[in-house]
Amino acid sequence: MKLPELNNLEDISKEIRLRVLDIVYRTPGGHIGGCYSVTDILVTLYYGVLNHNPKNPKWTDRDYLILSKGHCCLALYSILERCGYFDKTFLEQYSCDGGILGGHPKKDDAPGIEATTGSLGHGLSIGAGIAWAHKLKNKSNRVFVVLSDGEMNEGSSWEAMMFASQKKLDNLTIVIDNNKLESLDLTDNILSNEPLDERLEAFGWSVKRVNGNKHSEILGAILPELHQPGKPIAIVADTIKGKGVSFMEGNTKWHYRKLKPNEYEIALEELTSARNA
Amino acid sequence: MRNSFNNVLIESARKDDSIVLLVGDIGFGVFDSFRKEFPNRFFNVGVAESNMIGLAAGLSMSGFKPVVYTIIPFLVMRAFEQIRVDLCIQNLPVILVGVGGGLVYDTLGPTHHAIEDLSIMRSLPNMHVLTPCDPQEVMLSLKDSFSHQGPTYIRLGRGGEENLLTKDSIKNRKPSKLNLIRNGEDVLFISCGSILKEAILATDILSTDFKCGLINIHSLKPLDIDSILGQIGSYKFVVTVEEHSVIGGLGSAIAEIIAQSSFNVQQLMIGVPDTISTQIGKRDYLLKQHGMDASSIAKRVKSLLLIEKS
Repeated sequence: MKLPELNNLEDISKEIRLRVLDIVYRTPGGHIGGCYSVTDILVTLYYGVLNHNPKNPKWTDRDYLILSKGHCCLALYSILERCGYFDKTFLEQYSCDGGILGGHPKKDDAPGIEATTGSLGHGLSIGAGIAWAHKLKNKSNRVFVVLSDGEMNEGSSWEAMMFASQKKLDNLTIVIDNNKLESLDLTDNILSNEPLDERLEAFGWSVKRVNGNKHSEILGAILPELHQPGKPIAIVADTIKGKGVSFMEGNTKWHYRKLKPNEYEIALEELTSARNA
Repeated sequence: MRNSFNNVLIESARKDDSIVLLVGDIGFGVFDSFRKEFPNRFFNVGVAESNMIGLAAGLSMSGFKPVVYTIIPFLVMRAFEQIRVDLCIQNLPVILVGVGGGLVYDTLGPTHHAIEDLSIMRSLPNMHVLTPCDPQEVMLSLKDSFSHQGPTYIRLGRGGEENLLTKDSIKNRKPSKLNLIRNGEDVLFISCGSILKEAILATDILSTDFKCGLINIHSLKPLDIDSILGQIGSYKFVVTVEEHSVIGGLGSAIAEIIAQSSFNVQQLMIGVPDTISTQIGKRDYLLKQHGMDASSIAKRVKSLLLIEKS
């Protein structure tokens, strides 16, 4: 089932960023920079690509989405909430004593969370396993795994890359949130992945590189008919960490940080203005 | 052990078409018959163990029952975090079969010895840890594993092991329950895995002077605590015999039980000392070097009991 707001993806992203800000400010905190780089990717997938049914989360014909960069779960939670997978009480208690949702996603803690992630380099193997299982069963479900560029430092990610092309898993799509910043520094200053698209192609994937903060570009690259049959699909989504809040954009400081009251007010004003524009 | 495992796997796969076998390019010739009968359910996923565990998790999440097979260090130590997160935190019914428990890959050296795996695996919530002592127990352990709704680790030897348990003993065996081999009075031996043979021989050697009890533990986790305590209660001395580091394995598990009981029992832990086993030699030689062969065990136990008598 596809939800109807295909023309409102940008508006939905603006709402999601506001919801993330709200939760991060009121609770012990979260990885806000990465949440904001990945928001447009996740909104595009949930509202424009995935075949899913929030009223029946375990629907056997659904497409799967695994957020391998699990530290950015607040963006995922906010979208699942808006889709109707769970009500607002889940997120209101985020990271609170006795709450349901914590700082990394845990499978089945709430409807719609497909896999436990947060330790980088795990999600792609699990996603490849699910995609492979559906191939073995001759089922047409698609599997989407959203990774971070820092996560591509992990050797296990490349083991899974080799496996997926070996098994011709063209029902598997990865979107790499290439915000170019890791926790402490630029990815290029730590363990550069570039040229990322060429490396992925060399591993046997069908690759497109887009502006990952533009929904139309993601949508325009992700359709299976645009890719070579028999190859898993990779979208390198160039994004901006902290996208949407001027003082966070491209700033390593906002990988994980709690907002001070004045910072919150500025961020709230910027995101609200953007939403009302 | 490997052949018994293969036979039960085939038998189980005939009944359940969701069973699939993943290997990490290990097991030359071992699975030829499985592969022949189920060519679409045998997968060599390459020398990429971390990925192999993640794949098994994904397959399990999609309705398959994966059995994962490779040499223990590459399975347990290389892919440990995937086992912890993908299998144990998600609590998925994936069966991990490690080959080469203890010092059985003797001359291949310490990279291939597996003397820390029990310690590592039994620390994981949701994980069952099975240590069959002979080919008969391997068959039963695999059958037990298919009925567990979470992950299981089965520790195998290398192959060619003889049966140690009697037919009656096997007939009366219950999943996760201890197996009483011999009643005694002076000292209780507790062992697991194929080194049970050395424990049996040691009790034979000691039998002229002492009455030795002996129990076999095929399930290190869950551990049959009540029955073990029931046995320990009537002894002053307990000897644990395991082909594993003395840190964290069977000996530690028994010590944890004793420490939390009201019993006044002294324990001797026979196992690989906290050292890298760098000596070159066959398994029997290595066991002797570490005081783990039957005559060394008997000698160590005898001195302990004689000190008590004097």
